[in-house]
Amino acid sequence: MELRKDYFADVRKDGLNEIGQPRPRLDSPGHVTGKTAYFSDRNFPGMLHLKMVRSPHHHARIRSIDTSEAEKHPGVVRVLTAKDVPHNVYTILILIQIGPEDETVLADGKVRWKGEAVVAVLAETERAAQEAAAKVKVDYEVLPAVFDMEEALKPGAPIVNEYHGQNYYLYDSGECRKVRFGDVEAGFAEADHILEQTYQSSPIEHAPTETTGCVVAPEGNDRFTCYTNTQAMFFTLDNASIILQMPGSKLHFVGGTVGGGFGGKVDVIVEPIAILGAKLTGRPVCFIYSREEEMQISSPRAAEKVVIKDGVMKDGRIVARKVTGYTDAGAYSRHSPYGAQKGAAHYPGPYTIPNVWIDTYCVYTNRTPSSAMRGFGVTIGDFALEVQMDKLARLIGMDPLEFRFINAYRDGDMKAHRQPTEGAALIECMQEASRAANWPVAEKFMAMSSYRKGA
Amino acid sequence: MAIRRGRGVAAINYPTGMNLGGDPTQALVHSTPTGNFMVTLSSVDLGQGMKQIMAQICAETIGVPTDRVVIDTADTDTGPHCMGTFASRGTHRAGNAVIQAAREARQVMLEVAAEELEVNASDLETDGQGNILVKGAPQRSISIFDVALSAHFKRGRSISGRGMFLIPRSYPEKETGAMKPSTCYAHACTVAEVEVDDETGEVTVLTVKNVFEIGRALNPKMVEQQLVGGSWMGISHALYETTEPYYPSRDHGGTDFNQYLMPGPGDLAETEIIVLERPSADGPFGAKGPGEMCANPQIPAVANAVFDAVGVRVDTLPITPERILRALKAQAAG
Repeated sequence: MELRKDYFADVRKDGLNEIGQPRPRLDSPGHVTGKTAYFSDRNFPGMLHLKMVRSPHHHARIRSIDTSEAEKHPGVVRVLTAKDVPHNVYTILILIQIGPEDETVLADGKVRWKGEAVVAVLAETERAAQEAAAKVKVDYEVLPAVFDMEEALKPGAPIVNEYHGQNYYLYDSGECRKVRFGDVEAGFAEADHILEQTYQSSPIEHAPTETTGCVVAPEGNDRFTCYTNTQAMFFTLDNASIILQMPGSKLHFVGGTVGGGFGGKVDVIVEPIAILGAKLTGRPVCFIYSREEEMQISSPRAAEKVVIKDGVMKDGRIVARKVTGYTDAGAYSRHSPYGAQKGAAHYPGPYTIPNVWIDTYCVYTNRTPSSAMRGFGVTIGDFALEVQMDKLARLIGMDPLEFRFINAYRDGDMKAHRQPTEGAALIECMQEASRAANWPVAEKFMAMSSYRKGA
Repeated sequence: MAIRRGRGVAAINYPTGMNLGGDPTQALVHSTPTGNFMVTLSSVDLGQGMKQIMAQICAETIGVPTDRVVIDTADTDTGPHCMGTFASRGTHRAGNAVIQAAREARQVMLEVAAEELEVNASDLETDGQGNILVKGAPQRSISIFDVALSAHFKRGRSISGRGMFLIPRSYPEKETGAMKPSTCYAHACTVAEVEVDDETGEVTVLTVKNVFEIGRALNPKMVEQQLVGGSWMGISHALYETTEPYYPSRDHGGTDFNQYLMPGPGDLAETEIIVLERPSADGPFGAKGPGEMCANPQIPAVANAVFDAVGVRVDTLPITPERILRALKAQAAG
């Protein structure tokens, strides 16, 4: 790595004692010698293992659940179904009034994705829990499922989630989050060229080294300690408090050392049910995802479809940009309504464009609920935007890097979501990339600055 | 049939933090009787090194070496509220809270030292080595060790501080979408160079040159680990990763690391990282959040490089050999 101190030296105070110094990490010796303690290193006498019975169907009505055989299985201590969960229908963002509550802790009457949790089995050993889970009989009536966002948005499509009533999230602004800036149609009318393109991604797994999980121990005084690898301690505690209808003072969460998160450990999935198991049995409980569960059950990054229509002038100026983004939330909201909204604020990218129209939709389908992941709401948008920029440059016969200099935002420029640009540095990054990659651009671009308008 | 070479560029910005329900984090700092400092948080270290960076921020602010600071984090019985580690917010939000708490603690420390040295607190400075000196008369000094002892056992003072950082909630305007979803922005520009085998569709990323502007490199070595890892993840996203290879079909999803593809040691591109620092107005020592941004620009840069190499666009992620071959066939069919 190279620190290029010559850029922005006039606005930076260097020469501090501790800041800017490459101090060795205090936790790295423990990490690399295998001595760091993670949540699953906690082991308590009498600890039970929790295994989930999961839906084999993408969409089905539950006619009946028979747990009698499972309960008789040697080593089984308790079997939990929806009726055991105090507040079974929840949504994590209800903490900040982003409803409706649309997801069940344990399926009640319906499953909406393949892998959805239906019954929790608590047993003395992992093996006993696994064997007993296989003995739970669930009678399903399979329903038509919808996997494609376009299909889901058509009239007459199967309704994925009745708590929403339609296959998209309803914002206060309607069926999508909108950004309107300038007059996009007037911009298209004056453009020399118009280019409309569609981009698509598929779900992506966080693939942390350490799978999602927690270990819960009763403190013996009606309080429960939950050792967890959540990325957000109080967010998880507060959601658990709502689901379990327990005062927060009865809950004690310990964490903070996590073997990789990447956004995959903020869904509050394992903790509430494990605490409930500990409460109902009076014994410690561990619930740790297998690698298979991490891969296919835990939330992935959402698949997205992005449609970008641009109006561009022969001289390289983008005069209008219209973006329609679709986020595949899967069967439940989790964090997706926010991700789609974050996308609306991020388009049209780090460029100053006078006329912008953005619509972002959060769409429900019968698949594993997607949620937050590194670059939430932005990563796939950046892929679409920057491939589109490359296509536009080639369309007008301009160097792709020079084309970006022409449109790059600078201090003071108004963004589409009506925030003035501050602290811009896109131009300097591109100047340095031009040097580092030996990709020469015209001198006038090398003379530009993010500080002010002008050459 | 040939191996074809191409290069592509992408430039991006990235918002620091989230603002859906307001974005708060709090911190507490106190000194032990012998002048070590405890920072109490509920923030989570995901392996990126948050504990280390909070220690350095606290040390710099109080004026002691980093090894005098201990981080106690993520126990909800002791640590004050933190929204969580996501949205590139950890260093920025918690860092600001730690600075505020550390400043308050430092003020008490200087007041006690002033009483011991019989000067005004405003006449004192720290040397960064564990001592407090009279400005302009460095021979008149006292160690922080002795100041802490005095505070605890003689003067009855608590060398401690409370820190709070809050971005108030922003509600998007319904019709225009006017909103303040985040604070300062990090920036990046990546140039990727690839080889594409037009017979097999396989892509080899030869070099990836990343320029990242991150406000301030608080610990350059840790910045490097974050940025190199992110760059790898971006390449992985571009060419390899998905849980649903035939999306929207739900079939053929990988269930382990044999089936869920990612580039291994033999697939690593030659990676160059260049860091620029334009300090943000509201960041701890000017820092912005580089954690998510660093994995984004490689994706379009690689996509554009593939086009530059073989003249076909694959606008669906991941850009697999199968998709490249189908596009080449379609192009040949004209």
